[in-house]
Amino acid sequence: MASILQAGDLDSLFGALRDRGYRVVGPTVRDGAIVYAEIESAAALPGGWTDEQAPARYRLARRDDEAFFGYAVGPHSWKAELLPPSVRLWQARRENGGFAVEDEVTDTGPTAFLGVRPCELSAIAIQDRVFVGGEHQDADYAARRADAFLVAVDCGDPSELCFCTSVGGGPDAREGFDLALTELLEPEHRFLVRAGSPAGEDVLAGLPTTEATEDDHRAAAALTAVAAHEMEGRFDATDLHDLLLRNLESPSWDNVAERCLSCGNCTLVCPTCFCTHVTDTTSLDGATAERTRVWDTCFSLQYAEMHGGNTRPTTRARYRQWLTHKLATWQDQFDSIGCVGCGRCIAWCPVGIDIRDEVRAIRAEEETHAHA
Amino acid sequence: MATVTSEPALAVRGAMTPLPYRVARKRRENHDNWTLELEPVDEAIEPIGPGQFTMLYAFGVGEVPISTSGDLEHDGTTLVHTIRAVGAVTKALCAAGAGDVLGVRGPFGNTWPVDAAHGRDLVVVGGGVGLPPLRPIVYHALRHRKDFERVVVLYGGRTPDDLLFRRELDRWRGRLDGNVDVTVDAAGSDWTGKVGVVTKLIPQAAFDPETAVCYVVGPEIMMRFTARALIDRGVTRDRIWISMERTMRCGVGLCGHCQLGPTLICRDGPVYRLDELAPLLEVPEL
Amino acid sequence: MRTLDALITESPVFRGLEQDQLDLVAGCASNVTFDAGERLFGEGDPADTFYLVRHGIVAVDTYVPNRGQLTIETAGPGEIVGWSWLVPPYRWHFTGRAVEAVRAVQFDGACLRQKCEDDPLLGYDLLTRFAQVLVSRLEATHFQLMDVYGDRNE
Repeated sequence: MASILQAGDLDSLFGALRDRGYRVVGPTVRDGAIVYAEIESAAALPGGWTDEQAPARYRLARRDDEAFFGYAVGPHSWKAELLPPSVRLWQARRENGGFAVEDEVTDTGPTAFLGVRPCELSAIAIQDRVFVGGEHQDADYAARRADAFLVAVDCGDPSELCFCTSVGGGPDAREGFDLALTELLEPEHRFLVRAGSPAGEDVLAGLPTTEATEDDHRAAAALTAVAAHEMEGRFDATDLHDLLLRNLESPSWDNVAERCLSCGNCTLVCPTCFCTHVTDTTSLDGATAERTRVWDTCFSLQYAEMHGGNTRPTTRARYRQWLTHKLATWQDQFDSIGCVGCGRCIAWCPVGIDIRDEVRAIRAEEETHAHA
Repeated sequence: MATVTSEPALAVRGAMTPLPYRVARKRRENHDNWTLELEPVDEAIEPIGPGQFTMLYAFGVGEVPISTSGDLEHDGTTLVHTIRAVGAVTKALCAAGAGDVLGVRGPFGNTWPVDAAHGRDLVVVGGGVGLPPLRPIVYHALRHRKDFERVVVLYGGRTPDDLLFRRELDRWRGRLDGNVDVTVDAAGSDWTGKVGVVTKLIPQAAFDPETAVCYVVGPEIMMRFTARALIDRGVTRDRIWISMERTMRCGVGLCGHCQLGPTLICRDGPVYRLDELAPLLEVPEL
Repeated sequence: MRTLDALITESPVFRGLEQDQLDLVAGCASNVTFDAGERLFGEGDPADTFYLVRHGIVAVDTYVPNRGQLTIETAGPGEIVGWSWLVPPYRWHFTGRAVEAVRAVQFDGACLRQKCEDDPLLGYDLLTRFAQVLVSRLEATHFQLMDVYGDRNE
């Protein structure tokens, strides 16, 4: 059986996490968006706010209730915590005719992620496969991941752009969390709380909760069922992998290339995009050097630059690379699809390219061709 | 009440941390190519196999992936790399002198399946700086001569001044029954060898196309033309092995740069059997 | 000592010719030798011959101002040197030089052109064979022009 935490007692969760040494990162309103930042209490949460999203559009709007988590997703994702935009990997110092390297130690400390959407749980699981699931592990990611405490929050208000159910997800948190909350507003503002790990159980045990009733469970289930129903049919993912790889020369790619600015916004906001590059720098006197890992985007012209040329000099080639990787070849590389259906790339694309439409166009183009 | 504390991440050597290696010997191969022999200052990397590469680091300048060009059964922990000085990092590496320390990460990638040629003719076709990654195969074949039938080395370069390992090629010719053929794309009249593209060497080369196994390295377009010429002569795509190259930043499958469709060249390659890769090579700008 | 017929069919170009056709072709052929360094033909000279190299290497050269004598192609055993006899104005575009001692079958181009005119079937067959070789030479030349041996490292 799950527990009920009254909305008014939400600060107790903050207290319990802080007592255990966690810094809390959660959603808050800043600069007209709901972003993730370090927050101290429930007062910092975006209570009473929702987001209105459409291709190339993101606006905040006031709700007519005081829901803390009544929005879909903002431009930030948890990859900023697990795979920070810039991380020094090591420093080196010239000595004894050679040099000595000192690996950087990850010292961010235990962090609680408050407000992890189920699509974001999927995204974290996807990045786990990349960074700790292969032959080579990323030590920094692994350390941050081990130190992370995940408080998931079910989705009751998907945006127009959400399509998690079409890619194997759903608005309800299923696994990979320490605690999961479902926010219920009627008849009283409260949270259904479930623990998903021993650490979660430990925190839950210290909160002023009551036992959830069957009505509570029914209300929570109904909330996510309605949300799932809303998203039905938004994206046809039939045969997605083979469809894309069969159509690498589709005219649809030329079409999207005419609109795409190659700005890379989509890769910035995407919760699974993980490409990085490394910069090697040295002090002015040449005595010390360091290597830093920074976010990169496959849309940048430099991305595929090699001596003697560039293997993807056109926007068409780079857009195709991004989309086929995200939806098709990611499966070959990491045994799962790379997309979680959060819709961020659609909202934050300056020209409103919608990947669902792009896939639809490729499918339609193939069909037209077949009957031609 | 359990308290979570964060243990400081152990300062173990991460996949991105180079090991110091000292330049033991340096040989100039031609006007812009050098071979460096590197010895571990302290800890050594795992033994490197033919076809594999390391990420070589010039202090403060940067890193590049370089294939091994050594005699792997003989080298021990010494790493042998033949490098062409074309950019900031390779120029810095080639400027290193005996005693200087470079950084090494690796070995990365997969290996040439040399035993695929057991009991058969073994053909090596190198174009330009494609010969160094093939040299370990030739060394292996020379050390295990009885494992193979005829061993053929075909090599094409831009001009005579750009050729690598000229003396060694002559020595191999003596040990491989003359089956070492070299050509250049252009030459002055003081060159007494062949002039023409490397594919011209294939029709007359001494191997049985029905059974031979071929290992080809060079610029991608050279590998395509060479594969075509081999196939025209009757070699099937499943007996042609190539070495691919793409931008690399990490070498360990974590940065995304070296993707070619579904494959990660640093992890699934750089050695590929042609039939497995052929469909991808036919898509421009993939 | 091999017959001229046998020598001619050593080359892929002539392999599989019917005996009567072979006789016609051989009628325009003779054995020749060149010492190392000797010139076979010169740029601008009338082109009425072509060669099937049997031993040695023939270099096809041209003089490029500021760069000197450049060898753009060599031909070895089994390869044909000379195509200018096929098309007007029948003049050599390059200079041919024996790099080492060369033994070759020399063909009288004018003789062969006449025989093709007299026997169009023979002419068609020969031209088809030459066309195949020319196409593959053209592809090789395209490849050569690409100057592909740029940088491999970095």
